[in-house]
Amino acid sequence: MKDMMYAKTIRSKIVKGTIKSITIPPLPEGYFTVSREDILSKNIVKIIFEDMPYYSTGEINHLNEPIMLVVGSDMEIIKQIVDEIKIEYSEENGVFDESQKTIAYHFKKGNPKRAFKNAEKVIEMTYHTGLQEQAYIEPQGFIVYEEDEKVTLIGSIQCPYYVKNAVVYALGCSSDQVRVIQAAVGGAFGGKEEYPSLIACQLAVAVKKVHKPIKLIFEREEDILSTTKRHPSRITLKAAINELNNVTSISADIAIDGGAYTGLSSVVLSRAMIAVSGAYTFENLEVLGHVIKTNTVPNGAFRGFGAPQMFFAIEMFMHHIAKETHQDSFAFRMRHIARQGDKTSTSGTFRDPILLEDLIRVATEKSKYHSKALAYSQPGIYKGIGMSIFLHGCGFTGSGESTHIKAQVKLLKTKDGLVHILVAAVDMGQGIKTTLPKIVSQILEIPIERCIFNYPDTDNVPDSGPTVASRTIMIVGGLVARAAKELKENWIDNLEQIVTKRYVQPSYIKYDESKFKGDAYPAYSWGVSVVEVSVDPITYQTKILNVVSAYDVGKEIDERIIQGQAEGGIVQGIAYGYLENMSANKGVIKQKNLTDYIIPTTLDVSKMSTYILDNPYQYGPFGAKGAGELTLIGGAPAVALAIQMAINKNITKIPVTPEYVMELMHDDD
Amino acid sequence: MMMIKFILNGEHVEIESDPSRRLLDVLRSDFNLIGVKEGCGEGECGACSILLNHHVVNSCLLPLGNIINQEIMTIEGFKTTKRYQIIEQAYIDAGAVQCGFCTPGMVMATESLLHMNPSPSDFEIKIALSGSLCRCTGYNMIIEAVKIAAERGEGLW
Ligand code: FES
Ligand code: FES
Repeated sequence: MKDMMYAKTIRSKIVKGTIKSITIPPLPEGYFTVSREDILSKNIVKIIFEDMPYYSTGEINHLNEPIMLVVGSDMEIIKQIVDEIKIEYSEENGVFDESQKTIAYHFKKGNPKRAFKNAEKVIEMTYHTGLQEQAYIEPQGFIVYEEDEKVTLIGSIQCPYYVKNAVVYALGCSSDQVRVIQAAVGGAFGGKEEYPSLIACQLAVAVKKVHKPIKLIFEREEDILSTTKRHPSRITLKAAINELNNVTSISADIAIDGGAYTGLSSVVLSRAMIAVSGAYTFENLEVLGHVIKTNTVPNGAFRGFGAPQMFFAIEMFMHHIAKETHQDSFAFRMRHIARQGDKTSTSGTFRDPILLEDLIRVATEKSKYHSKALAYSQPGIYKGIGMSIFLHGCGFTGSGESTHIKAQVKLLKTKDGLVHILVAAVDMGQGIKTTLPKIVSQILEIPIERCIFNYPDTDNVPDSGPTVASRTIMIVGGLVARAAKELKENWIDNLEQIVTKRYVQPSYIKYDESKFKGDAYPAYSWGVSVVEVSVDPITYQTKILNVVSAYDVGKEIDERIIQGQAEGGIVQGIAYGYLENMSANKGVIKQKNLTDYIIPTTLDVSKMSTYILDNPYQYGPFGAKGAGELTLIGGAPAVALAIQMAINKNITKIPVTPEYVMELMHDDD
Repeated sequence: MMMIKFILNGEHVEIESDPSRRLLDVLRSDFNLIGVKEGCGEGECGACSILLNHHVVNSCLLPLGNIINQEIMTIEGFKTTKRYQIIEQAYIDAGAVQCGFCTPGMVMATESLLHMNPSPSDFEIKIALSGSLCRCTGYNMIIEAVKIAAERGEGLW
């Protein structure tokens, strides 16, 4: 692009306090600073909870909070200017414990009070989970330019309309004045769900000042130190046990660390809370949840969205209860698994068939779970095998789809018979650029090459909602399938035709968001993962030996795509459980690049086997349900259970690092 | 500034530039070879992998001054070869490409490996690709792709 300018962000050097003064040196011609003084309308990133400014208001709430941009044509000169800008702060002490609560939710199922009163035994445990960085290989970035008055943003993003709506709000302009185009984007895993909106707002304000195209690409260190991550959590679980050694009630107290601004945290919290039962049914529940505010970088969306934390806790807890009550853990868990017709944690109903028993049978047989568990429970072997059982609610929680998103899709058939699939869904490696055309081509019975899917541009595609929450195939794909059927019925050769479809909630889905009552999700995907490990008793390193998973994702539309999602997901999930270690000390994140923050390489993965069982969902395209997040969820509990078996100690936090293993092994002996 | 000559994708090129610049930047901005990606800028991710005299290296760590008269091959140059076609098809068939951000680097590492060792074992493949991070796949499908390529391309390497 001609006259391209570059930008660099100036960030706070303190964790909490206020800016006393900013001294900017005289700038060479063609160089600018852009900060809150240049804002035309609102200084808020429009997400669910509107508390995050995109240029610091002068009050600093976390380290590396964005204060201003320096914009100009030569990066070297920009860097010099950045170095010369002096900011003075008055520092305050940050808060890092649970004392500041921003969101509090509570719900109940049945009569937990009575269950606890009548309990033979009560067991309690507290679990902790750490930060996880998305570590997408492609860092955050945007190009912005202005044509007439209109602002166009091209970016590495998951949700074009989130960005568009945020920018419209920030500029206070009309909706046709902002255009967002998705660039080819690398796998983002949630990391490009809400965060890019912040950069987009900064850049939109900048382009209105500078009137030249601007490119802003994060460097890896900046990306790691300033973007959102998976929420750390503290989860306390209490179980009421009856005389048959069954769980009659669970009481849970959940706190997730939202960091300095709330953003999406309330939605992450509700998904975590709803996941409290794991893949089991408990008659009675009492669930309390908080988002806590600390002076660390805000946390946000990450594949799984609150569920991985909760599934780790409940799976470890179920195992722990079995041990405490001297029963076989496998049999104990099997007695509690969810069955068709059971009430969900939010007192909705599991209406569709549940294949858990089959999934468990396949996964345990293929992994030789039972014989290995027996062999590894002998001392001195330092091997273990762990099994996790899990589900994932597909799509947005509750009535999100019908009240907030209202997805729309469009098919445009040209005169020469090409069918353009017009949706805002982003392919970032999860394969929708194959899957969506496949759906359309099969229904219309035309070659797949005639079904066109391009990167979304908000000027051309309707708002089919964000590319999140495992909703793209089931919800967007479902709408596309309906549109294709309609097009097929009305197909006229040599004529341009357009079919539009809007999401309508299946009428049986009723959910009360404030009470957490009813069907929180239209459908559920299910899975079982078995992970086998060895632990080196000298170095305390864990090695993954084998992974076997079985899933019910309704119906797989493309076998290889599902296999790719399955392998990539479980590798991320297992790594969350033992390898990926990110921690903050008083608001300072200690791992700042991919040298310090270790993600799996080829040398960390083992053989993996994936089995898919069909269980078609009536409203999904060809019966498909969500798959993208499910596969990550079982990784951490399975690997933690395996390590627990190998070292015969109780694991209560992830990641299970060699340091933690050492600590446990030296404990009490 | 100095005049620096090297061989880029089979052609002799020269450029007047600061020898301390990263080869990655030179390839992307001066030669518009954008198949070379920047993932980390510090030698960890392999997204910037290129071949230097047939060996895979991270172009983000390589100063321009170090490649005088050396042979550099990027994915764009490699694309014209038969070996590339074999590797590409193997990657597609094995489902080794998800978002594709890591793929150019992986392909260069694959070429470098097969050049030295036309029939590698699983473990040798893992070692050879361990410098390239992929966050989407679980690597197994990439390892499979390399095996398929080695088999189909017998005699080419
Ligand atoms: S950009 Fe060179 S190794 Fe990551
Ligand atoms: S395919 Fe996305 S990083 Fe490898």
